Amino acid sequence: METIELAIQVLDSGLRLTALLLFACLAGLFSERSGIFDIGLEGKLLGAAFAAGAGAAVTGSAWLGLLCGIGVSVVLSLMHGLASITFRGNQIISGVAINFLAAGMAILFGQAWFGRGGNTPSVTGAAKFNDISLPLVDTLNNVPVIGMLYRELISGHTILVYIAFAFVPLTWFILFRTRFGLRLRAVGECPEAVDTAGISVIWLRYRAVIICGILCGFGGAYLSISQNSFFVRDMSAGKGFVALAALIFARWMPFNALVSCLLFGILEASAIAFQGITIPGIGEIPVQFIQALPYILTVILLAGFVGKAVPPKAGGVPYVKER
Amino acid sequence: MNQDLPRWADMVLIPALNLAMALLMSGLVVIIIGENPIEAMKYLVYGSLGYGEGIGYTLYYATNFIFTGLAVAVAFHAGLFNIGGEGQAYVAGIGVAIACLWLDNTHWLIVFPLAIFGGAAFGALWAAIPGYLQAKRGSHIVITTIMFNFIASALLVYLLVNVMKVPGSMATETRSFEAGAHLPFMSDIFAWFGLKIEKSPLNLSFFLAIAASVAVWILIWKTKLGYAMRTLGFSSTAALYAGISPARIIIIAMSISGALAGLMAVNEIMGVQHRLLLGYTAGYGFVGIAVALMGRNHPVGIFFAAILFGMLYQGGAELAFEMPAITRDMIVVIQGMVILFTGAMDHMFRPTVARLLSFTRSQQEGA
Repeated sequence: METIELAIQVLDSGLRLTALLLFACLAGLFSERSGIFDIGLEGKLLGAAFAAGAGAAVTGSAWLGLLCGIGVSVVLSLMHGLASITFRGNQIISGVAINFLAAGMAILFGQAWFGRGGNTPSVTGAAKFNDISLPLVDTLNNVPVIGMLYRELISGHTILVYIAFAFVPLTWFILFRTRFGLRLRAVGECPEAVDTAGISVIWLRYRAVIICGILCGFGGAYLSISQNSFFVRDMSAGKGFVALAALIFARWMPFNALVSCLLFGILEASAIAFQGITIPGIGEIPVQFIQALPYILTVILLAGFVGKAVPPKAGGVPYVKER
Repeated sequence: MNQDLPRWADMVLIPALNLAMALLMSGLVVIIIGENPIEAMKYLVYGSLGYGEGIGYTLYYATNFIFTGLAVAVAFHAGLFNIGGEGQAYVAGIGVAIACLWLDNTHWLIVFPLAIFGGAAFGALWAAIPGYLQAKRGSHIVITTIMFNFIASALLVYLLVNVMKVPGSMATETRSFEAGAHLPFMSDIFAWFGLKIEKSPLNLSFFLAIAASVAVWILIWKTKLGYAMRTLGFSSTAALYAGISPARIIIIAMSISGALAGLMAVNEIMGVQHRLLLGYTAGYGFVGIAVALMGRNHPVGIFFAAILFGMLYQGGAELAFEMPAITRDMIVVIQGMVILFTGAMDHMFRPTVARLLSFTRSQQEGA
């Protein structure tokens, strides 16, 4: 019984981590599918987390906090767009710059406005996304297994967790069932063709990075006013890069992204839960190894030892219209 | 429209404009916080250059940045973006620490070359793997080096918690080195000649950094290997036709880059900390990106950019002390602005400057 409870606990906290990774991973998916590499996911998460924490603390509304988070994240995205689409700069360098700017400014403004060493004030009640209990929890409670799974795993998350998972089919639909999605994918593979068809490459790519910003905004708000109740220094803790790894692992496909984010989320949750547990025949697995596993797996996958990850063809290359 | 800029404009004018833009935006941030940017600048400059100890600290930080800046630049010349200097320097700490822990009962003159070798070798190894993966397996070097930063950090935590820690101690660090593995501080070196300067962490590694700069200059512009690297960076097809093996050059360039980043550990571990500890790289590896961009990947430029960033780090500490509303994170913001404007938005001023220059030139020719 105890092991089952432990397993459910791990899965439950794994789901919470997955939600965060999903936001960032799908954000990156939109951007990279349009041919704009984005290693600034981390910075956008952090900037949005700060803005959401600050916004929620000042307005007392979690939804306004979310809006602030999205706003800041979109501004950072537009900066990335300006540098990499309009000025045709190096997308990697721009991403690095955004990570620095977000990390520095969050603490700087946090200290100037709230004077708590960069943290935002703790929020409660309506200023925070609270766990919601899904209907039928009590009815299903008596059903064995399903009742417990439903109560412990499916129910009792904040609304943002459900939104994160809902974004997966939505992303798939937008990318593979709409005209916009088709063009977006085309612009990441062969922008010349899109241009020849009389569609603006620039505007398409800007829309992609804006969507990326919106999704990162959700992710940041999830960090500071859903998972936690305030913003602290470096709270994104490299999750933006894990999301990037998950994106590569998913080979830039939405439903694969769900799988890879679940994998990495549960890996991390189990790393915390299984600290110091010995596995028969192998011995004790260091917790640091499990924490590094997403990165190691990504390296192995990228190297083509297991399957092959091929990024969008026009990724990282600024588009120069022929004259 | 003539996009070609004269050399002086490319090397001096554009970077100066970009830097001015970065400082202007940073000043704007200071104004938004409600402080006076001119005042802030004064504290920054005084804190970094106003007194002996401040200058010492500035040059100590600059030492780190020269190494990490050179590391980024060498890879850049071969057309590679090594974003993993942080991880390479971190892993290099192991190599430096092994040399120091092993022979710290002898003399620093014996330990020094071994520490250099250990740091360079471990850093090179940590960079060569992503290099190999890019060259032979086609993985993207940027992503792999990012991943290797995280793997390095997990590796160091593991080693310091489980292997290299002093038994029974809570602190996640190795034992402190004996005096035999302490590099002489600059104040000691001056004292040999009977001169007295204020104490600071600045140590012998500063000269190692200058030597590394000269070596990189020779490598890139005076050797066959450097020529091959630049050819590859310019065009991989051209390199291939010229009989240069891209895979080989990629791996070699990454190894050299990693070795340079690794030398940062000599300054930190053997020069200042005198033990291996968690998180000692403190983001210096990433600063290297800004330094290389600003220094235009040239050792001379990198030297001055490193000093500028050293001033920023040391002066920033002073600034945070004098103006509590501005925390040390201001440094990170300025760094971000520099990377953004000198790196990513480099093309912003280029067309305008090119047009202005060609306009004045045609005016002169017409007259």
